[in-house]
This record gives sequence, C-alpha cells and structure tokens, in this order.
Amino acid sequence: MKPPVFEYRDPRSLDEALGLLNEYGDDSSILAGGQSLIPLLNLRLARPDYVIDINKVPGLDTIEVLPGCVRVGALTRIRRLERDPKIRAVAPALSDAFQNIAHPQIRSRTTIGGNISHADPSSELPGVLAAYDGRVQLTSSSGSRWVSWSDFFVTVFTTTRESNELLTAVEFPTDQNFSYEFEEIARRPGDYPLAGVCAGISLDGSQVRAARLSAIAIADRPIRMTAAESALVGVDISNAAVRQAASQAAAAEINPMDDEHGSAAFRRGLVSTLVKRTLDRLAGVPS
Amino acid sequence: MKSEIRTIAMTVNGEQVSVDVEVRALLSDVLRHDLRLTGTHVGCEHGVCGACTILVDGESARSCLILAVQADGSTIETVESLGSVSSLSALQEAFRENHGLQCGFCTSGILMSLCAAERHGEDLEETLGEVLGGHICRCTGYQNIRAAIEAHWAKSVTQ
Ligand SMILES: Cc1cc2nc3c(=O)[nH]c(=O)nc-3n(C[C@H](O)[C@H](O)[C@H](O)COP(=O)(O)OP(=O)(O)OC[C@H]3O[C@@H](n4cnc5c(N)ncnc54)[C@H](O)[C@@H]3O)c2cc1C
Ligand code: FES
Ligand code: FES
Repeated sequence: MKPPVFEYRDPRSLDEALGLLNEYGDDSSILAGGQSLIPLLNLRLARPDYVIDINKVPGLDTIEVLPGCVRVGALTRIRRLERDPKIRAVAPALSDAFQNIAHPQIRSRTTIGGNISHADPSSELPGVLAAYDGRVQLTSSSGSRWVSWSDFFVTVFTTTRESNELLTAVEFPTDQNFSYEFEEIARRPGDYPLAGVCAGISLDGSQVRAARLSAIAIADRPIRMTAAESALVGVDISNAAVRQAASQAAAAEINPMDDEHGSAAFRRGLVSTLVKRTLDRLAGVPS
Repeated sequence: MKSEIRTIAMTVNGEQVSVDVEVRALLSDVLRHDLRLTGTHVGCEHGVCGACTILVDGESARSCLILAVQADGSTIETVESLGSVSSLSALQEAFRENHGLQCGFCTSGILMSLCAAERHGEDLEETLGEVLGGHICRCTGYQNIRAAIEAHWAKSVTQ
C-alpha cells in the first residue's frame, strides 16, 4: 500500500468542509485534483492525519466571465478551463497557459485552486495571476477575504492561507484594455517550464500606457519584473530597440539560481528571449 | 492505526461492481488486485509515466493518482474494454500492424489515452504531440507508435 494511513473525510457542503478545516487544520491535507498531493502521499513525503476531499462540495466548480474579470471556482478542472470559449475570447493568454500545464491526462483532474494553493514556483498559473494582478478568495467558517497574488505567495509551497481557510475562487482582472501573451520553455511539452514569461501591455495607439511582466521558475515565488515594466512605459512598442531594451532590463533585474536543470546565466538568457518574443507578439511583429 | 474501509460502487467496463477498499488504496491497485484487471500497468506511481492511464467518466486520467474511494459512482474504462486477442479493436489492430509495441508495458495506458482523444475528436497533430507526450515508452523510440496513430487516424477517425 503506497499512501500512509489517514482518516478520510468527504464533506458534502462548504460549511461542512470549513468545519472540518477548523477542527483539523494543520493535521489535515485538502484533496482537490490530487495530482500533487497523491504523489506526495505515494512517496510518503506527506503524512497528514486527515485527508479532506473537497470534490463533493457543490458550487465550487464555476466559471464566470464577468465585465471586469474572469472568476473561477477552486474546483474547476484545467481541462474544462482550457476548452472554455468564453475565457479564450477575453483572456487568450490565460487559455494558452492552461494548455501548458502538464499533460491532458493530468489536466483532466488538476483543479485551478489546487494548482495555485500548491504554490510551486515552477507552476504557470501563479505567474500568470501575477501578470494579471489577480487575487484569490480564502474562506473560513468566519467569512471570506480576497487576497492579492503578491500577498498570497510567500515562498516555495508556502502561502499566507491560514490552516482553517479554503481557497474558494481565483480572479483574473480583464479590464483596462490590457493584452497579454504567455510563453514558456520546457524540455518536453507538458514538463514544468525551465522559464516562463507572461507579458501584458496597455496601449494608447502604439504608446505603452502600462506594462505588467511576470517571470515563472525564476525565484521562490512568481515575480513581476518592474525594471522592464518601467522601461516600457511611455515608449513606442513598434520600435524594436525598445522591446530589446526591455528584455535586457528583465535579464538584468532577475536573480535566478543555478540548479540541476540549468545555470543562472542560462535562465537569464531564457527570460530575456521570452520577454522579447512575447513583446514582439504584442507589437504584432513576428519574432 | 488501522485504515478505514469503505464500500464503493463503480461501473467498470460496462459492469456494475461493488468492492470494499481501504480509504488509502489507489484506484490502480484496486483495479489490479481486487478486480484482477491487470491490463492496467503501474510504473512510477507519481503520474509521470502514463502506464496506469484509464478513462474516468470518459476522460483520460492516471489511476495511480486517484484514491479508489474517489471513484465511487464513476464510470471506469480500462484496456480490457477494448478488443480481445482473437478480435482486436481497430486501434489495437493499427498498433499490431505498425509494430507499435514491443514489451507492451506502456501500451495499455497509451491505448486508453488515444480512446479519449478519438472520442473528443482531437486532431492528429494534437494526438501525436500533447496526448502521446503524456506517456513514456522505453522500447519503441515512439516512431512505430506514431505510425500506428497516423494509420488509425487516417483510416478510422473522421477529421
Ligand atoms: C506528471 C506531472 C506533471 C505536472 N506538470 C505540471 C506543470 O507543468 N505545471 C504545473 O503547474 N503543474 C504541473 N503538475 C502539477 C499538477 O498540475 C497539480 O495537479 C497541481 O499543481 C495541484 O492541483 P490539484 O488540484 O491536483 O491539487 P492537489 O494535489 O489536490 O493539492 C495540491 C496542494 O494544494 C492544497 N489544496 C488543494 N486545493 C485547495 C484549496 N481549494 N484550498 C486550499 N488548499 C488546497 C492541497 O492540500 C495540497 O497541499 C504536474 C503534475 C504531474 C503529476
Ligand atoms: S504509474 Fe501512474 S503514471 Fe506512472
Ligand atoms: S513497448 Fe515497452 S515500454 Fe513501450
């Protein structure tokens, strides 16, 4: 038997789930898609006393495309999200990012709430949430609060979610005339990226009003590249030298580490290339 | 500490089954050990290799990453639901004709992923890239698997 012994709870309502979290807190693990938790159980890297399976909690698998945002319930599976034409219409970069998460056989189970709660710095969605300036909804028995991405992700696998809270929804703002592009580099399709970039710009004609650039798999949490963003504000995006300057600013401001997948210099190069490519596309120029 | 036991009911390959499972038991192990459906293979047990892929309510999924209790009420399809030795399914026949397998360890998972892709009308490119990308084969070098998929998609799957 691979997973260690645990007590299994499968609450049938949100109230019941929150009550269990209140009671068991740190001694429990929430089970959503299971595509990260069950490997950890199989390898016995996780040994929770209680597993709280939220898959039978009704009302958490919603997709809402609202005037100013895309709001998704925590239990919504990535496979359903990537096929949703309403999301693709308003946030195509988000749909592209969904399709870069693992393989279709994994995405059929993976939930958006589990993916974001897991806070793996190599995960696509936390970085995309950063570029969209998005937020998450955390709910406990005493109520709900919305937390911006920057106050949510702390470090590797660590967030500011309290142990009695459930992540119940994720919100990607879509207002302000921002257009986005997402691109990553992985060894094989479906692998975690060696580096990823999500870039958004808001234009006035061809002049950049505002820019939002995030990097994935570069630090212990998703980061925004503020020097590159500043380098873009007020400039003409159709000028290739400007896009080049932003990609150099991005490479200069990040601090990737060496690991078994590549050196810091290699990752710096990848981010620079990805910033250039995403900005080229946003400028309507083929890379 | 003893593990809790629960009785679950599933439809497996068209048959209604009821089985007592430890709550920590993996669906892959219950299929193989309790239901004796050993066509589903188990390689890595952390989602990477794809050998254990089955269909859960029509979608391909790793049976090593689902607790059996979670499958209560689900419809499960395994490789045993395809053809038999004397009468292979069209997809299996394409694998045979194109020498799309050697040891066969990866094959049952790949066939099930392809069943889902075929039903969802995935095109050839998506199937050769994304869908096959979710499987590891240590024998064939993939060329003959790709040839089998191409032949099957050309013959049986309306584009
Ligand atoms: C082979 C393979 C390849 C993968 N490749 C990628 C990849 O390229 N990119 C990527 O991003 N991911 C990848 N993953 C990870 C996968 O997408 C995970 O499914 C995902 O990170 C976690 O989502 P889940 O719904 O499966 O969560 P679970 O595994 O159920 O949970 C993960 C963690 O989040 C907690 N949690 C779950 N839901 C909630 C909630 N609502 N509120 C609070 N806490 C919660 C759990 O307690 C657990 O600690 C891969 C996985 C595998 C097996
Ligand atoms: S055994 Fe399930 S993916 Fe390898
Ligand atoms: S045929 Fe041997 S692993 Fe694929």
